Amino acid sequence: MSVLSPKIGWGLLLLFALAFPYLAGNDYHLTVMSTAYIYAIATVGLNLITGYTGQFNLAHSGFMAVGAYTVGILTVDHGWPFWGAFALSGVAAAFLGLFVGLVSLRLKSHFFSIFTLCVGYIMYLLIEKWESLTHGTVGIVGIPAPGAIGPFDFTEARPQYYLVLFFLVASLWIMHRIVHSLLGRTFVAIRNGDHLAQALGINLMRNKLLAFMLSVFFSGLAGGLYAGYVRFLGPGIAGVEHTFDMTMYMLVGGIGTLLGPLLGAIGMPWLTQYLQVLQDYRFVVFGPLLVILVIFLPHGVVGTWLRWRRRKAAIASPAPAPAPANTAAQGANHA
Amino acid sequence: MELFLQQVLNGLTLGGVYSLVALGLTLVYGILHVPNFAHGAFYMAGAFVAFYLISSLGLHYWVAMAGAAAAVALIAVLSERLVFHPLRNAPYLHHMIASIGILLFLEAGAQALWGADFHRMQTPYTDVLSFAGLSLPAQRILIIVAAFVLVGLLQLFLKKTITGATIVAMAQNRDGAALVGIDANRVAMLTFAISGALAGMAAVLYAPINLVYTSMGNLVITKAFVIIVLGGMGSVPGAIVGGLIIGFAESFGAFYISTDYKDIIAFALLVVILSFRPEGLFSKGAR
Repeated sequence: MSVLSPKIGWGLLLLFALAFPYLAGNDYHLTVMSTAYIYAIATVGLNLITGYTGQFNLAHSGFMAVGAYTVGILTVDHGWPFWGAFALSGVAAAFLGLFVGLVSLRLKSHFFSIFTLCVGYIMYLLIEKWESLTHGTVGIVGIPAPGAIGPFDFTEARPQYYLVLFFLVASLWIMHRIVHSLLGRTFVAIRNGDHLAQALGINLMRNKLLAFMLSVFFSGLAGGLYAGYVRFLGPGIAGVEHTFDMTMYMLVGGIGTLLGPLLGAIGMPWLTQYLQVLQDYRFVVFGPLLVILVIFLPHGVVGTWLRWRRRKAAIASPAPAPAPANTAAQGANHA
Repeated sequence: MELFLQQVLNGLTLGGVYSLVALGLTLVYGILHVPNFAHGAFYMAGAFVAFYLISSLGLHYWVAMAGAAAAVALIAVLSERLVFHPLRNAPYLHHMIASIGILLFLEAGAQALWGADFHRMQTPYTDVLSFAGLSLPAQRILIIVAAFVLVGLLQLFLKKTITGATIVAMAQNRDGAALVGIDANRVAMLTFAISGALAGMAAVLYAPINLVYTSMGNLVITKAFVIIVLGGMGSVPGAIVGGLIIGFAESFGAFYISTDYKDIIAFALLVVILSFRPEGLFSKGAR
């Protein structure tokens, strides 16, 4: 275990993130990075229900919109301060997730996906048509920036970057605690086999529902941050394309790993930045890329690397691989 | 009364188009057990190919429709060969993500070739017939007639020909079909070709009274999913009946409830039905 042992690796990433505003040439780079962080929070959430629990939720961006509109509507139309509304953004998404989950999680595999696809469309269409609540296609303008906390004032690009970074780090830490707890293992057991999990005495519905609500909580939180950061909202944020984007981030990085979705969500927007010519047509490249990945590299960059390292470790050790390592490998195999 | 009949006509038009799209989707589901999210992009591709053939090459509407059907059938077969076949043993999640990859590629490709603008497709059938106080736009009549003819032909093909029977056999039991010597690859390609051709023709029929644009397939495909969940995944009669149900629900809903919310009706119907019957209206085994 050299430089890339998990703790040191994460520490280096954090150091880089902290130093980034001083390395970045201009505010534009900071904006790209902050937006990437916001989507990373939502992607990490999607990964919990899809990567760890095995249910592909296609309404994820709809829940992000719920969080964002919670902040938008409460601050602009009802004069709430940002932080009060922001505190509700994740809760609102999770609350809605409770009802959506109760109905949708009774369905298996692709039926769940089709159902959530429809739920996502309903959310999008409601936001677009319910003008008295959401301002329709005009969108919500003039959302206040997050208010100052003590000496920190969030009107400039740099403090805003650190604010978003703070929530990203917090989300990742919480996610780390979840997936390494008994609860996280329960989710993985459900992913690996409904019936087997049930035979072990796992209450499928309750755990799936919990995973779903936690997952959309992150999405709603990301939406709330988005509202405070971009300070303009339109119905487009609920579009299923954003869920597709997040799916791509998750898959490129490595589905069912903690680091993968993060790397995907940060790396892909930068790749798009450098392929500026492709901005509008990026899916001409990314569409086939998604297909190629899913066929040849279904575990993503991080997943493949982890498996490669594990195999190398297994070959290097003279004795037959110890049992715990084996079970861990099997768990990761099912991503 | 006239208004009511007018809604019936609209319902039949919509229902016909939806049935054609849902049929392709349900056939592919029957063979592969995969929800093909790229099907809406096939539909969109059909409209764009026909639009190109009519506006740039000046071909006749029917020739353009045949061209679109052939082109989309080719795209569908290619995606089966290049994407779904290599993934045949992968978990269902991979299929879904791969089909989303195809969808994104086709949409971006159409946008790169023809731009993000809305286009209007020309049709030779622009006159409005009137009959017993009803105004009947010729294109709508054409859609209804063509949709029913196509559905009838498909039924005949599936029921009366050996080739059609292989598709049905494979949908019923994959291993059994292989045991009696049915070539799974050939059937899969054929099914994709038929499904693509149906989507292409549905698009060319419907496009003249709508518009041609890159995301035109999204709403249609989502409704087609609602239809096949209602009608039973993999069921051919279910797709036809489901298509008509959604078509009527939408035309009457738009008229009696609200035009703004007409697109929500289909999805709300699905949510309500699945809330009470998670296994679908006619299907077995959605759970």
